[in-house]
Amino acid sequence: MSSGASDLGARSALSVGARRPVDPGGRAAELRLAATRRRRRGYLLFAAFALPNLALIAVFSYWPIIENIYLSFTTWDFISPQADLVGLLNYQALFSSSAFPEVLWRTLVWVVVVVVVTLVLGLALALLFAQRVRGTTAVQTLAFSPHVLSGAAIATIWLLIFDPHHGLSRLVFEAFGTSSPAWTTDGSWALWALIIVSIWKGLGFVAIVYLVGIQQIPAEVLEAARIDGAGRWTAFRRVVFPLLSPTTFFLVITQTISAFQAFDVIAMMTGGGPAGETTTLSWFIYDAAFSRTDVGTSSAASMIMFVVLMAITVLQFRFVERRVHY
Amino acid sequence: MTIMPTPAAAEAAPRRPAGARRPRWWSAIALVAAALVFLVPIYLFVSTAFKTNADINSWPLRLIPRSLTLDNFVNAWTLAPFDQFLVNSVVVAAIGTLLKVVLAISTAYAFAFLPFPGKRWLFIFMLGALMVPGHVTLLVNYITIGRLNLVNTYAGLILPGVASAFGTFLLYQFFRSIPRQVLEAAQLDGAGHLRTIVSFIVPMSRPAIITVGLIALIDEWNGFVWPLIATNSINMRTLPIGLLYLKENDGINDWGALMAGTLFVVLPMAVVFLLAQRYIVAGLAGGVVRR
Repeated sequence: MSSGASDLGARSALSVGARRPVDPGGRAAELRLAATRRRRRGYLLFAAFALPNLALIAVFSYWPIIENIYLSFTTWDFISPQADLVGLLNYQALFSSSAFPEVLWRTLVWVVVVVVVTLVLGLALALLFAQRVRGTTAVQTLAFSPHVLSGAAIATIWLLIFDPHHGLSRLVFEAFGTSSPAWTTDGSWALWALIIVSIWKGLGFVAIVYLVGIQQIPAEVLEAARIDGAGRWTAFRRVVFPLLSPTTFFLVITQTISAFQAFDVIAMMTGGGPAGETTTLSWFIYDAAFSRTDVGTSSAASMIMFVVLMAITVLQFRFVERRVHY
Repeated sequence: MTIMPTPAAAEAAPRRPAGARRPRWWSAIALVAAALVFLVPIYLFVSTAFKTNADINSWPLRLIPRSLTLDNFVNAWTLAPFDQFLVNSVVVAAIGTLLKVVLAISTAYAFAFLPFPGKRWLFIFMLGALMVPGHVTLLVNYITIGRLNLVNTYAGLILPGVASAFGTFLLYQFFRSIPRQVLEAAQLDGAGHLRTIVSFIVPMSRPAIITVGLIALIDEWNGFVWPLIATNSINMRTLPIGLLYLKENDGINDWGALMAGTLFVVLPMAVVFLLAQRYIVAGLAGGVVRR
């Protein structure tokens, strides 16, 4: 791609040295021809520069949706020569089973708790950072760092914390006079363990995004509120929080989408267990395809996730459009 | 990122308007508490990687190890081929990042400066990919690389993640702010498009390119679900997946080895982050603010 592109490039669009000398009579026609030729070269170059990327997007982002729709109407085990069409059977089976509605419910709990708690704590942290107490920068860096670290690694770190025999959890619970629960193997605690880790991982990111939002609030606005006699809480409730609503909306959308797809923490800490107690939609999709080799069920569940996330994304786009007209 | 006066800065200004308060003592306490929330897990993890088994298994919890050891790293290596994981991670992250950045630059340049019929639609086509949830594409992408015989290969690990709509968009925005005269001057000097990109566009947009590159590097290095699916031979696993072996092989009796392996996964990105955090945060803030 590159060598051909450079040859063409030497004489293309903006270059002037390439025009052949012409006789005065045919000059206009010659110029027009040269312009066409330049445009054609531009097309070729565009293709050389942009098509690899666009082709990869077509194959690995768009095609999966199309084939996924088809596969969700079939049964297949990866091995049989071809997938058998079964119509809506996969969807019917999912919703008539007792396990799948539970998976959806659990996913909803996961997403709502993770998003709400992360946003509330993140905003509190951002307001704290905005005070600019000495040492704030260091704590900001520290809080943000989990965002750039492997989720799998963060999960193992928390496995250590949650360990009921040697971990910090035992220390904390013994301080309250009880023994630590076996977080990751006890069905009533496992989901909450994962939720805590997800919140811990996302908190710093949310805080920094909120901090950027807070820093964009003009000082005069706060000044005016103060002159009007607003206390801290009133100023926050009436001025700061409303002005942060675009940030909040952005975070709700992006955090919801990523919470839906949370995977590495589950894979590392519980593997969907114990007894399916931490099987969310994202783990279910993986497990159905790659442990049970039930392609139809997995792709039907994928379609459900796709539709839900699409609806959320459309909401975001409509919101953005509305803001543009302001 | 423009630096605006923060409300707090206004408050701390020498002349306090009536009713303004100085930062309270509890702000400092809250900050220390917040620091501990992040510091304690990280401290326990790093210290455990260097603790002896006696210290790890003793109770009460030993916050300060009696002695330090490197045994855990040796143990991690014997439980799983971490050298191979490291090689795989480095190859995938290096090639993946490089390809992603090169493709983003060339695509952004094409969209910003070259003509093409229906370019607008192609741009929308590209941005539309941002809406496709990654998790939903896993199954079919696995089938696709299976058809291409790329399961358990570097190509299979790298290819699906190389196209980048977000990075391209970010660079496109940046390229468009470059004055056209700069390009014309370059071309008058006889530079072709490649020369123009290499000697003018890239140097001028270095901050944006660094940001795109860093985000790509972090994504590639931390990638979990795709490497888990696209490989099944232990020799093709990447570092984050390698942690799974430490866990499964030993049912986590060997906390030291698990933390040593974890340190191995975390350390490179921690260093990258500390060295380049302003680019990472700027890219993130830029993405948010522009919305």
